[in-house]
Amino acid sequence: MVERLRADLGDDVLDVHLMSEVDVWVRVSVDAWRRAGQALRDQGFDYFCFLSAIDWMPSPYGRGEDDPSAEPAEDDPSASEIRQGYAGGESRFQLLARVNDIRRHVAVTLKADLVPDADGVMTAPSWIAVHAGANWHERETHEMFGIHFDGHPDLRNMYLPGDFEGFPLRKDFPLLARMVKPWPGIVDVEPMPAAADGGDES
Amino acid sequence: MTMLSERQQLSYIAAQAADARLNVELETEGMTLNIGPQHPATHGTLRIIARLDGEQVVWAEPVAGYMHRGYEKLTEVRTYPQVTALINRIDWLGSFANEVPFILAAEQLMEVEAPPRAQHIRTILFELSRIANVSLFLGDLGVQMGAVTPVFMAFRDREYVLNLIEGATGGRFHPNFDRIGGLKDDLPKGWIDETRQVMKKLRNFCDEIEDLLFGNEIFQSRTRGIGVIPAEVAKEYGLSGANLRASGVDWDLRRDQKLPLAYDKVDFRVWTHPDGDSWARCWIRLQEVREATKIVDQLIETIPAGPVMAKVPRIIKVPEGEAWVSTENPLGEMGYYVVSKGDLGPFRVKIRSASFNNISITPWVLKGVYVPDIITILASLYFILGDIDR
Repeated sequence: MVERLRADLGDDVLDVHLMSEVDVWVRVSVDAWRRAGQALRDQGFDYFCFLSAIDWMPSPYGRGEDDPSAEPAEDDPSASEIRQGYAGGESRFQLLARVNDIRRHVAVTLKADLVPDADGVMTAPSWIAVHAGANWHERETHEMFGIHFDGHPDLRNMYLPGDFEGFPLRKDFPLLARMVKPWPGIVDVEPMPAAADGGDES
Repeated sequence: MTMLSERQQLSYIAAQAADARLNVELETEGMTLNIGPQHPATHGTLRIIARLDGEQVVWAEPVAGYMHRGYEKLTEVRTYPQVTALINRIDWLGSFANEVPFILAAEQLMEVEAPPRAQHIRTILFELSRIANVSLFLGDLGVQMGAVTPVFMAFRDREYVLNLIEGATGGRFHPNFDRIGGLKDDLPKGWIDETRQVMKKLRNFCDEIEDLLFGNEIFQSRTRGIGVIPAEVAKEYGLSGANLRASGVDWDLRRDQKLPLAYDKVDFRVWTHPDGDSWARCWIRLQEVREATKIVDQLIETIPAGPVMAKVPRIIKVPEGEAWVSTENPLGEMGYYVVSKGDLGPFRVKIRSASFNNISITPWVLKGVYVPDIITILASLYFILGDIDR
């Protein structure tokens, strides 16, 4: 399958991660996003599973369980480092989609790096022409991550009010419930005897 | 026109204008019909805007989002064991089935496998939540078409199944019973005997519903040939579960993938129907309840001995990696794409819920149908709002 995809897309297949008996991840360039979908569809991957995105930047707000009155932790460069998952990548945002071949019982997870243009807008070709079911998934991704899909007829919000600002699933969007009220779990945290002298409390 | 006098020209224009006005008046005016957000057919709060021409739908669109709870964001600030309490509430009629794929994904990342007894009991509870979920669908189906009796029967018999789930897990709707590495507890004493009795009752319930509802002439005429979805379209929209099998696609994740569940130890049939209409979707679900009772019957006779919990650390940290696990839930394919950074909680969870895809086909399938059929088509597609909005 990967070989045929390479033959169809050439250099646009950037990376492949294969875990035998588990899954296949293929990273393509974003320009080839629609072509990759079409090529896979022609190969028999005609069941559309889902389409979404990942923000690889670690959340600047941590897990929201820290005591806000505690001293901020020392700057750890690894804490803000962006590390992509399987099949690698270079950008903060990645598209993620999955298609199945129902007859052969195989599936593939596709990824693509998204690079913002000068205005900070990330654009990817829409999959509606390939799988009509991508419509709602792209609307959701647009709403939650602010990714624009080229060729999508109607990128209205699905969940949020139309004038909502911000993209909730981006990591730099704070979870407001945690901002206005500290996580109740922290009340019970007592420092371990060994850690009491200067250890971290998390 | 140059040959005509001014007066003639004016009368010509007036005649043209009158003609035009007549045409405008004769054109039937479209009407916009708003269904919901609160309507018994919507299992929650889904709103449908339909533009009608007479009795026919020209264009229809569902408006979701009245129940968006942002689970994908919330999972990012929860630890792995806490997440199951959240995802229970996605499809609230088959809660236990929601927990299983997430736990399996976490187990896959941790390279832990639940002991055989736990896998077995998981499968039993999974099928019980399917029975509880789909039997309510079968009863509710009558209500959509004006028959009130089936829903009382469904609530009566679902109660037995909920009692079983409560007996084993302690929770009727939100068991929160599945753990990474196994299950919270073993089955209580006497549970297996009771299950055997309840499965008999449920099979009787299926027979009753088949006589009462599926044999009913009104039901047949309102579902047969209505809302036909061909296999190609169904796959393109990512329909799954009974909706896909009703279009003749033979695909069932219980049979067609290898997961640490006990489905390979039982003998069951995956039903398909070639028609793809509302009738086929309802009929497939009826057969699936029957098959599920048979699966449970087989499984309770062969529960292996042993522990229900594998050895896992007390504080669960999942190693870095990505995993996708999906299972055949009562509503269709439900899957979790879990990204871990080696932390206490997941880095990102993409929840692929069945109803989101199943209901995204409505603009396509409602085009051209008549108003009363909107309700039967929606009912036969069977969605739960929590499963659309998440």
